[in-house]
Amino acid sequence: MSLPVRVGTLIVAFLAVVGGAIFVVIHYLLAGPPVIDFTAGGSGAGKQVNIVLQEAPQTTVSTKPDWVSYFIRDPKTKQWVHTTFFKVPAGATVNVTVLGYDGCTPARNPFFGRVTGTIGNTETVDGKTVRVLDTWRSCSVGHTFSIPGIGLNVPMGSPTTVAANNALCTNSPCTSGPKATMKFSFHAPTTTGAYFWQCRIPCGGGYVTGFGGPMQTLGYMTGQMEVTS
Amino acid sequence: MAAEPQPAAPTQGRGPSHGMRIFVIWLVVSVVADLLFGFLLAPHLPPGDMSSAAHDEQDAINIMVLMSAPVVAFVLVYFGYALIVWRHREGDDEDGPALHGHARIQTAWITVTSVIVLALAVFGTVELWDSHGAGAGEGPAPIFKPPGTVSLASWTPGKPLVVQVIAQQWRFTYRYPQFGGFETYQLVLPENQWVQFDVTSLDVIHSFWAYQLGVKADANPNVNNVAYAKPTQLGHFMVRCAELCGLWHGAMFNSGSVVTQAQFQSWTGATKSFMADVTRLLPAFATTYDPTVIPAFRSGPVMKKLGLTSAGGGFYPPQDPVQP
Repeated sequence: MSLPVRVGTLIVAFLAVVGGAIFVVIHYLLAGPPVIDFTAGGSGAGKQVNIVLQEAPQTTVSTKPDWVSYFIRDPKTKQWVHTTFFKVPAGATVNVTVLGYDGCTPARNPFFGRVTGTIGNTETVDGKTVRVLDTWRSCSVGHTFSIPGIGLNVPMGSPTTVAANNALCTNSPCTSGPKATMKFSFHAPTTTGAYFWQCRIPCGGGYVTGFGGPMQTLGYMTGQMEVTS
Repeated sequence: MAAEPQPAAPTQGRGPSHGMRIFVIWLVVSVVADLLFGFLLAPHLPPGDMSSAAHDEQDAINIMVLMSAPVVAFVLVYFGYALIVWRHREGDDEDGPALHGHARIQTAWITVTSVIVLALAVFGTVELWDSHGAGAGEGPAPIFKPPGTVSLASWTPGKPLVVQVIAQQWRFTYRYPQFGGFETYQLVLPENQWVQFDVTSLDVIHSFWAYQLGVKADANPNVNNVAYAKPTQLGHFMVRCAELCGLWHGAMFNSGSVVTQAQFQSWTGATKSFMADVTRLLPAFATTYDPTVIPAFRSGPVMKKLGLTSAGGGFYPPQDPVQP
């Protein structure tokens, strides 16, 4: 084999390895769930943002169909997107509606049944204003929506009867099936940055203490609220 | 007839006193190093001076550095002296003199190092005792306790305040059993009062690290790890989880504050009232909790019918086709 051919082969092989490494980094390591943008119209104290979420008991649109997951409705397309990343303007009033299609699960710490950080420290569950939900006594809470960085913790209601909990939605995103509807508002921080949020109910079934799997995977039961100026 | 000049006698006499030179250089370097450390660095070493535990830790670090600096200086001075004075010179190809044992040096070496190590061991033990555990977790049956009997029924100034630290992915919550057992996200402590931290976890292993207070205690599930500190300065301090505990371990932190006794009493009263609706849902105060067990009387009929009698996550049984 001549020298030019050998050098050419070496260069091609080298480029193939480098290209493969770049592909893996970009495609797998740097890729994340899409970010839903709610910043249209600017920021400020008078700004109102309306976010609609849903909890689906099964994520049939993913490679983990047994995992529970949040979805966010894109304000532009009105389509449900499998993600937990969203962007809001700094200082805005964020009005959240959550469609709770998942069944109830007791919290490891009933303390997280208390609503904190919302305007008035309350939420509405199916139209009823509540401050606290007893996750041990009654079948009432499926998940929580908690942003520790701003002291927000909101228990998410769930279908409350045995029949409803045995007939939960099986295809995601859910469009029908028993559900609870939660509404609450909070003030987005005036300090820009990324604020992580998580569920505090042990809904990672099959994992240690219920906090593995979807609980520790971005795009399922935890994500980020990006606050921009 | 003049006498013939005699050849010079071989230089068998005493050479320069290397030992004395090394000693003098070492003494100067040690004194300078200790003075520089003592006056420039020591007052600024972590964790600071915000509590009795932090103060004692800083003192212990300072004393150990002051003691070890001369040892380090001796090694470096001897090394440098040997490199310069006993280096190989041009034309000197002879072997050096044979080495023989030197009982005095060996005895001195063993004696000095033994004294240093034993002194540090005694010092460390006394410090641990004197500072009531030095802010470290002492397990469920602490040996080094501060004065005063702990009562869970109520708290009076002068007696240790009990604060339960409950770790869970990814947040610390704090329970005050002497004030009706309310739980809160805030860690507020009174100035100049002993605090007993009862640290536990509801899921995986965490570590409660109140940095400026000099308190660090592992938070293990089903274990009560007790640590003590007496905050001595008003202000804020940082609490971090110091044990890798999952996806958001890096975000598991909060700030706490040390306030006056009057402010503390006011805060406990307001928080107890504010949290009353959720306090009644909490399990009775205990040093540890098993979150996989919900008391039968607390579990409602729908929960029982659904088989939701625990708040665990647990594992799928082996025969379950779905395995993580």
